[in-house]
Amino acid sequence: MKKSQRPLNRSRVLRLLLLYLLAVAGAAVMVFPFLWMVSNAFKEHVFVIEYPPQLIPTHPSVGNFVRAWTSNNFQLYFTNSAIVALTSTFFTVLFSAMMAYAFARFQFPGREALFFTILLVLMVPDMITIIPKFLLIKTLGLRNSLWGLILVYIAGSTSLNTFLLRGFFEQLPHELEEAMLIDGAGYLTIFLRMILPLSAPALATVTIFSFLGHWDEFTWALTIIDDPLKRTLPIAIYSFQGQHGTEWGLVFAAMIIALIPVLIIFIALQRYFVSGITAGAVKG
Amino acid sequence: MALSLKMRKRLVPYLFLVPGLLFFLIFQIYPLAKGLQMSFYRWSIMPGKASLFIGLANYLRAFEDPVVGRAFLNTLIYTLVTVPGQMILAMLAALLLHSLPRGRAFFRTVYYLPVITSWVIVSLLIRYLFQSPNGLINYFLVEVFHVISQPIMWYEQARTAFIPILVLGIWKGIGWSMVIYLAALQGIPKELMEVAAIDGASGWQRFWRITLPLLSPTVVFTLVMLLIGGFNVFISVYLITGGGPRQQTEVLLSYTYRQAFDFLDFGYGAALSMLMAVFLITASYLQMRFLRKPVEVYG
Repeated sequence: MKKSQRPLNRSRVLRLLLLYLLAVAGAAVMVFPFLWMVSNAFKEHVFVIEYPPQLIPTHPSVGNFVRAWTSNNFQLYFTNSAIVALTSTFFTVLFSAMMAYAFARFQFPGREALFFTILLVLMVPDMITIIPKFLLIKTLGLRNSLWGLILVYIAGSTSLNTFLLRGFFEQLPHELEEAMLIDGAGYLTIFLRMILPLSAPALATVTIFSFLGHWDEFTWALTIIDDPLKRTLPIAIYSFQGQHGTEWGLVFAAMIIALIPVLIIFIALQRYFVSGITAGAVKG
Repeated sequence: MALSLKMRKRLVPYLFLVPGLLFFLIFQIYPLAKGLQMSFYRWSIMPGKASLFIGLANYLRAFEDPVVGRAFLNTLIYTLVTVPGQMILAMLAALLLHSLPRGRAFFRTVYYLPVITSWVIVSLLIRYLFQSPNGLINYFLVEVFHVISQPIMWYEQARTAFIPILVLGIWKGIGWSMVIYLAALQGIPKELMEVAAIDGASGWQRFWRITLPLLSPTVVFTLVMLLIGGFNVFISVYLITGGGPRQQTEVLLSYTYRQAFDFLDFGYGAALSMLMAVFLITASYLQMRFLRKPVEVYG
């Protein structure tokens, strides 16, 4: 018995070792560009690309971070991004939840047709309508205004989130709702006191994904924001790269500053990410 | 009282729909209709100067425009390369992580990093890595792995300029499909695998005969989402090559965007957008019909 078990164990250990080696190799490919970005952000005054490249800077310095943070209105851009992302996320979640409540818990004429229309339009990428949307925003006088971003972001993400929340709301028990109705509660009370609290995990998922989407949005902001004082971070980084094209260390420092809130949210709220990504997938 | 409750129940859903629907109508439906209208005009952007109705001229122009053909081909290449690339690597990564007794969550986080990083950041990063002649990729290929003797001038030729875009498309997306596959793998009953193993099925056979069929709805779902994503490629092209050299790496959205916001040809841009919308809606409609069956079997 013992004789035959030993080589078996050894091959199992070897197999595990190989698996972990592969996993680490994969992780290296995933992380390496980020390491390289961090490494270069800590190299000050590298105007030409070093050759051969150095992963560990010989004289690491936080100078780039200080310069990025204090120059070119960077703090203003950070604030703009925060205002835009928070405001549009709040209204996206509110309006999506309201729509999802109507679709999930009520029967009304036109319900199926309306829902199908929303789904069909959802298939059309936002960029398809970017030209007429640009004209519309211009007509409304919202070019170079953070509201021009906020309104379009709300419209752009409400459909998808309605779809996701509807699925969740449908599964909530009906008995509680009926008991509340008998006690004389109105539908608004039911929505606020029952539906929303019971859906906290789904709402958290939707909130996180909306926030990140709005925080990172580039194309629409590029299209309607020309005023340097109204830039959001993605646009700021893009134009930063244009201005300081050879100072990559500075550009990378700016990118890392923009990435920090995203990383914090991702690591702190990771369980919502997994549930959010798999929600639409595993159950079909 | 009963009647008023009934009336209320009838009215209430519309009240809940109003704000969301207003946004939907103003910023989604109206622009679609407006875009369709614009596509039939030589659209004037000067205030006071009337736009000229030109019928289908914008559409006919699109079919004769060689750059449109190039952009369509590039979009197709991007989709055909990055979608299977992401799916296969994501499946391998998911199987790998699934077989790890410990540290699965850690590796999942690491593999997901490129997914949560914005397209702007990773595009600029990739552009930097592929710089010529002294970028890091060239350094690895020439000095470390000795695959080539001369650094490649990536962005100077159409053939090589598209490679960083493809690499980014695959690298950034692996984590997303992987997380989905991993969750689906965890849903497969362990007993099934054990029974198959006792019956003498090899790992390879178990994958093809059990794992993959059980995962097929999930795989189809990722396929559909990635195909739609593939046709949406824009930011990476805009930031990495800008469509160059000589518009050779232009994709449909980048060319449309350029027509509208660089050349200010809004009518032509709108026509190109409409062509893409028709293509995408037809494709997703067909996929929805094709999709329905496996999903029902699974759920």
